[in-house]
Amino acid sequence: MTTSDEGWVDVCGADEIERDDLVRFDHAGRTYVVMRTADDRYFATDGECTHARVHLSKGFLDGTVLECAKHNGRFDITTGAALGAPVLVGLGCHRVQVVDGVVQIGISSSPDLRPPV
Amino acid sequence: MSHRDHTLTGPENRRAIERGLASAEWYECAVPRPLMKQLVARSNGRAARDTVLWLALVAGAGVVAHLTWGTWWAVPAFFVYGTLYGSGSDSRWHECGHGTAFASARANTFVYHLASFMVFREPVSWRWSHARHHDDTIVVGRDAEIAVPRGTPLWRIGLEFFGVLSARAELVKLGHHLVGRVTAAEADYLPESERRRAIRWGRTWLALWTGAVVWSLLARSWEPVLFIGLPSLYGRWLMVVYGLTQHAGLAEDVLDHRLNTRTVRMNVVNRFMYSNMNFHIEHHMFPSVPYHALPRLHDVVAADTPPVYPGIIAAYREIIPTLRRQATEPEFFVRRPLPGPVDA
Repeated sequence: MTTSDEGWVDVCGADEIERDDLVRFDHAGRTYVVMRTADDRYFATDGECTHARVHLSKGFLDGTVLECAKHNGRFDITTGAALGAPVLVGLGCHRVQVVDGVVQIGISSSPDLRPPV
Repeated sequence: MSHRDHTLTGPENRRAIERGLASAEWYECAVPRPLMKQLVARSNGRAARDTVLWLALVAGAGVVAHLTWGTWWAVPAFFVYGTLYGSGSDSRWHECGHGTAFASARANTFVYHLASFMVFREPVSWRWSHARHHDDTIVVGRDAEIAVPRGTPLWRIGLEFFGVLSARAELVKLGHHLVGRVTAAEADYLPESERRRAIRWGRTWLALWTGAVVWSLLARSWEPVLFIGLPSLYGRWLMVVYGLTQHAGLAEDVLDHRLNTRTVRMNVVNRFMYSNMNFHIEHHMFPSVPYHALPRLHDVVAADTPPVYPGIIAAYREIIPTLRRQATEPEFFVRRPLPGPVDA
């Protein structure tokens, strides 16, 4: 695993995430989901559902909506916003870039929003 | 008398948390992800067809009931109307509450609220209670939707076929909402930020049901309340027939839906009325899968689940003696056989 000076961390090869799918990524004691939409954009958010202790990597993408597999809580992955009960608290979003065919996420102590690549 | 305190406000709640049973990791049958992605795919078409057909049947039975009012033919007509209204609404409430019936979130929300009214449930509180039911299925002190706590006398179960005790509990809840409060049990699963909405919806439902009663009084006729409100009670029987097959008599405090949930084969009419919820192990294990894909999911996981009950009667051959025995011997429960390891 490579971490750059700017805080970019290698996740996996860009093609290792299928379109309209997602993977779990753990780093430095935190967990994330990294997503690739059907139209080939990448996003990353915190990995655990804000409603219950369920990892979102078991969930499913529908466009830019991520659905938790346990209670069907839904999040807008472009903003992290919770889209209604049973999720009321949004997810932290993280920067994503693809460099030389490698997906990287920008790890920071305070998650932020960046336009997707 | 139950052997344990099934309320959410008693010592069993903390005990379940301490034992690691709250929001725990549950057993899942292996399903290849590409296949699971196919199974969870949403569509509006199937749910629209089924919902329109259900509502058309409700309306048709209602028309017949109205036209036959004053004759003995009204009795079977209202029986059919009430069953479609009071029992058919339960599974629509359930599927749309999960947000899986339609692809459209708005359609799910609309049908969820309509069905909530028809099944006599305040929609906000019940959404959260059902999320808890999926989090902590049949975990004593955590699950607010344990239909038959062990030790329940049979006469209480009998009353449930007409919703007597459920309606009383719901009215107590709505009474709290009327005065701007939530019950102690609701306080355990309903987030603070949702309580105002729950109170508002509770008051709305009360106003609508009161309106039906006033209409009946002004019209000096039972007809309005037989159409609005009372079907939730006199038409509830079939929902209870289906609902008891889900978990009654099975294990408490286990983290494996194969041990506390039944999958029962049902014919096409019952599966329409019940929106395929007879595939209940599959639903609990993978709640993202819409009702119309549950038969396919069942085929995928069948080798890793206990034998399916061949029908409703077969299920009740187990449930009735179990509930009778549990009434006096609450430690007893049905132990479901688990298959051996299955290749993914």
